[in-house]
Amino acid sequence: MARIFAYIEHKDGLANDSAIEFLGTAKKIDPAVSPTAIVAGFGAGLDTTCNSLLNSYAEVWKVAHEALAYPNAELVRQALVAILPAGCILLVPHDHFGIDLSPGLSIDTNSAFASDVVDIEGVEGNSLKLVRQEFGGQVSAHVRCDISSGAILNIRPGAFKPQETLALNAVLVDKSAEVGTLTAKRRFVETIIADGGGVDISKEPVLVSVGRGIQEKDNLAIVQELADAMGAVVSCSRPVVDAKWLEKSRQVGSSGKTVKPKVYLACGISGSFQHLAGIKGNPFLVAINKNPKAPIFQVADVGIVDDILEFLPELTSQIRETCCVSAGK
Amino acid sequence: MEILVCARRVPDTSENEIELNNSGNDIERDDLVYSINEPDNYAVEEALQIVAREGGHVTVVTVGSEEDEEVLRREMAMGANQAVLLSDEAFNGSDGQGIATILKAYIVKNHYDLILTGVQAEDGAAQVGGMLAALLDYPYASLVNSIQVLDAKKLKVSREIEGGSKEVNEIDLPCVLSIQTGINEPRYVGMRGIRQVASVEIPTLGLGELGVDAGAVGEAAAKVKRVDYFVPVAGKGAEILQGKREEIITKLIELMKAKGGLK
Amino acid sequence: MLAGVLSPEQATYGVISGQVLFMAIHVLGLSAFGYIVARRLIPLFRGERDIRFDRPLLRLKRVLQFWLGQWKHPRYRFAGTLHILIFTGFLVLAIRAFKVLLLGASENFTIATASGSFGHFYEIVTDYAATVVFLCMVVAAIRRMVFKPARYAVPERYGKGHPADAIFLLGLIALLMVADSLYEASKAASLAQQGKIFELPAVFSLPWVLKNVLATAPISTLWNLYRGAYLVHQLTFYFLLCYRPFGIQFHVETSLFNVFFGKLDRGTVKPVKWGVPDEQLDQVKSFGVKKFEDFTWKHMLDFYSCADCGRCSDNCPANAAGRPLSPRFLTIKARDYSFQHYPVFGRSNGNGSLVGSIYSEDEIWSCTTCGACEEECPLLVEYIDKIVDLRRGLIDSGNVPQTLQKPLKALETRGNPYGKLDKKRAEWTKAEEFQQSCPVKILDGKQSADTLYFVDSITSYDDRMQAIGRATAKILRRIGLNFGILGAAEKDSGHEVRRFGEETLFRALRDENAEAIKASGVQRIVTADPHAYNALKHDYKNLPLVEHMSQVIAREVKSGRLELKPVENANNVYTYHDPCYLGRHNQVYDDPRRVLDAIPGLKRVEMKRSRDRSFCCGGGGLMLFYEPKEEQRMGVLRVKMAAEAGANVIVTACPYCMVNIEDAIKVAGLEGKMSAIDLAELVEKQLVDDGSAIKAAEIVQQERPESTPALVG
Repeated sequence: MARIFAYIEHKDGLANDSAIEFLGTAKKIDPAVSPTAIVAGFGAGLDTTCNSLLNSYAEVWKVAHEALAYPNAELVRQALVAILPAGCILLVPHDHFGIDLSPGLSIDTNSAFASDVVDIEGVEGNSLKLVRQEFGGQVSAHVRCDISSGAILNIRPGAFKPQETLALNAVLVDKSAEVGTLTAKRRFVETIIADGGGVDISKEPVLVSVGRGIQEKDNLAIVQELADAMGAVVSCSRPVVDAKWLEKSRQVGSSGKTVKPKVYLACGISGSFQHLAGIKGNPFLVAINKNPKAPIFQVADVGIVDDILEFLPELTSQIRETCCVSAGK
Repeated sequence: MEILVCARRVPDTSENEIELNNSGNDIERDDLVYSINEPDNYAVEEALQIVAREGGHVTVVTVGSEEDEEVLRREMAMGANQAVLLSDEAFNGSDGQGIATILKAYIVKNHYDLILTGVQAEDGAAQVGGMLAALLDYPYASLVNSIQVLDAKKLKVSREIEGGSKEVNEIDLPCVLSIQTGINEPRYVGMRGIRQVASVEIPTLGLGELGVDAGAVGEAAAKVKRVDYFVPVAGKGAEILQGKREEIITKLIELMKAKGGLK
Repeated sequence: MLAGVLSPEQATYGVISGQVLFMAIHVLGLSAFGYIVARRLIPLFRGERDIRFDRPLLRLKRVLQFWLGQWKHPRYRFAGTLHILIFTGFLVLAIRAFKVLLLGASENFTIATASGSFGHFYEIVTDYAATVVFLCMVVAAIRRMVFKPARYAVPERYGKGHPADAIFLLGLIALLMVADSLYEASKAASLAQQGKIFELPAVFSLPWVLKNVLATAPISTLWNLYRGAYLVHQLTFYFLLCYRPFGIQFHVETSLFNVFFGKLDRGTVKPVKWGVPDEQLDQVKSFGVKKFEDFTWKHMLDFYSCADCGRCSDNCPANAAGRPLSPRFLTIKARDYSFQHYPVFGRSNGNGSLVGSIYSEDEIWSCTTCGACEEECPLLVEYIDKIVDLRRGLIDSGNVPQTLQKPLKALETRGNPYGKLDKKRAEWTKAEEFQQSCPVKILDGKQSADTLYFVDSITSYDDRMQAIGRATAKILRRIGLNFGILGAAEKDSGHEVRRFGEETLFRALRDENAEAIKASGVQRIVTADPHAYNALKHDYKNLPLVEHMSQVIAREVKSGRLELKPVENANNVYTYHDPCYLGRHNQVYDDPRRVLDAIPGLKRVEMKRSRDRSFCCGGGGLMLFYEPKEEQRMGVLRVKMAAEAGANVIVTACPYCMVNIEDAIKVAGLEGKMSAIDLAELVEKQLVDDGSAIKAAEIVQQERPESTPALVG
């Protein structure tokens, strides 16, 4: 069985959640193999991340290079080509970085590439059986991946449950010297942070969506609080935009934006087909509406017949009490 | 600037209900409406706008068969100067790396300053662009939502990253970019425009003309193969949670955690 | 001719003889006018073809009704009356003007009207005419300067108004009247002093007043006034004649022609190019209006004929909602453009793009084609065809808002703007209990019927509007009609597709539908959707008789074949909202009202804006997808009108009106206080029970004991 590596994204000394999710992924590929974490970067933040990973990964490879201070996928790719052993399996988060890195890396390492993997079924000989989704999540597919010369797997964040393992006698290997010079035909310039108003709900995985049931603009605050507690983003249906309570960029629907979240909370939304037309990909849809006959209940996964003005604040406070605060964001 | 856009004809998810067929090995394709992959359309519009500013030509290429020509025609109706179809039975069943290999074979026989693909297609793989760049040894940037031509050798591009923020990069030409939807507002292509290009000849190139190694493409060479489609079992209609509000909330939190709704 | 009084041409003005002077003024004035008009005609020759010479008798009748009869003017009572007086006065004076002008040219010229008792009568009439016109000028000037009616105001974004110009013109006309009257008065005073009473100015008329003022003036003064007034009259007359083509007053000359050439066929849309049949359209290089010269000559004539009165914009619902559209300025901006690019003095230069310079895209997409502007305009200026042509130009250039691209694409591939599966178009008939009580035939070749119920897209696919479909089917069944629907073979009627400028897609939809209708062999068509009704009636050719449900129900109710039971809640106050495409465009106003009045105990009130002054709900078809920039929703304004009229239930006969009004009720915060119902739904509710609903429920209960069918109602 090949070695399994997990590429760890990190920021300000904190490893991305995918780090512990990958332990679960690796286990499903082969419980006998202990995955190695690869952390690339530069400076104190890199060291802090490496050290914290030693708690869960038996082996951590550190790749420190000045050029990698900002994770430029083009440069990281070159670094990985230098240090990855042939035929290994590399796990990468399927996010803007993984999308940037992995396809090209798979060519450079002559390995297979599978994108946005949501489940692993196991290895059969040289074949890794995994599950992906297609058509915006409307169907799933069983996929066989020939891993005889290795594989790069982009794993969907949140698809695998975090595994708490305790690594004893974990080893930190410094691979920085094996990376030669990194030449850049693409150079990082800067990051422009989106202001709150620049929210793009179509890319958000969790949405708390509000409709007419909110009744007044002032009540929107309870929705925002719930979203904050959940680490989610507020979206809405058309009437809320028409009433000018929220900007157009928040509108979900056939004349608004199309969203593909994993979880969608429809609060006080009746579920008109113009609104539902904006929701793709079969998210986990929770509907909260005081009208038991609201059409949204026909398409929701879970329904709650209640007044959102009372239900949401209680939900928010309970979430705050029980839940973890979001990390790494 | 000579720009090549790699396009693909896909079932239009906004106008189709994707369902499994009776044998469960594929989706039901009978009633499907096909159109150009939406991000590819944005890529063509972007190419047209760049060429309108900088001069040059836009070529659209696809790997497929005759039925994919309609997509090439539509992009010509939109304004692309020419279209090319790469087609051969030997190409069938290619995985992402196979497609990239075929495209590379075409590209090295021509000269392009900029190669665009859409960020992803209906299979959500988002891979061909990056693979193509590596094969050509061109720099690559994915999820591009803005392009500025700095000079004949360099572009300034921004990439869309989490939270709606933008990562700004400088990238050397020639390069490959994968284009994100929303980069521009594609112009409308009506039935009339399509009719006007209905009889334009579209050159078709096969294995031989491209000089592709048959062993590098096609089903046999594919490292990644889809075995089937399936739909995970789901309930019908909402499960209405019962009980006191407190209990409902607890249950809801549990469910949302499992689905990744809570961090 | 007039004993003792010389004619002005016998007078001397400085060193020039009257004859020469006035001949010169005639020649110069007429040539200048001729030249100006010729220059104004140039763009019309560069414009597109327009078929406007057909059915001349009908056109003549309309000239008598709308031009001579000033038919539309009384819609604004005060201004309308003023204008009718001014217009009539002008007509009367026109004859005198000719006489007076020609007098100056030839001493011996007499018109038959000048002599005898008829001539005397004519002189009296013209005296009063001049007085009335003069007084009207004063009133009009006061109205403009003091009262400033709102519809004359020019919002900043449209540029500056020309209030001074308006007053200037009013002043000049008043001056003309005064000069004319002074001429008559001084002549009469002079004759009176000489003891020769030939003509009396009519009592209390302006000349009469002036004559009395001048009664004791010395003859030489009178002679100077006489000659001077005549000269002033001449100069003012020709100045006005030549000045009018430079502004809105050109309508004085063009109105007759504009009305004669006016559009005869309501509810229709002009072809892409007149004289080019559908089969040859593929060869046309450019569709629609992109530059000024793409307008037809008649549309250019419209621009000249606009009197800038603002009645159109005053009634435009888009304007009221705060959208960037004001029909009045659509016309005035085009007129200014033509004046600028085709000046009377200077070189013509056409060829610029209109959208992006004088028009904005939003302006063009904002129009719901409700027709209120055309209904109002006293000069019969047309708007809808121009908007459609401008949209054709935008579509041809690919310049279409993203929100419209999706539904257009869906229409192309799925035959409906929602992107729903074409094969599911008849799913609405399969609602469980409905299917039992009212099975609906699909005319797919295996089944046939003599009546087609054309459902159209929104009623087929929208969950809420499907109820209208079911109600309609139940009524048809109750009436005993042998009807069916086309099912999956039906495509969107294409009504809005055409009016949004996508002519090619429209033709594709139309041809498919026409073929399916023909294949079904039906002899008549019924629909509950006024947009489909208008399309089938006007945009499609060679179809069997098309009727709207309200007409069908009204007939059955009138003959007593359909019995309706009394309203449940006697406290409800109903008001009927006229859908634009049923009411204004097709003039079906009474049938829906008759139906409502046939429901025993139903209390009905009329909104102030009703019938042809009905206020558009917000638009249908593709308009539901467009996101206009507006301050208020049109539907909200309409719902408030209903509340103002004292109603708490709005009845409408159009599914798009229903969407907009139901939405508006919520946005306006009137949920619970106001509700809306479709005419078919209401009638179906009030149908006298015949037991079919209960029977159906029983059948369903037997088949599925565990499900509890909800009875409709």
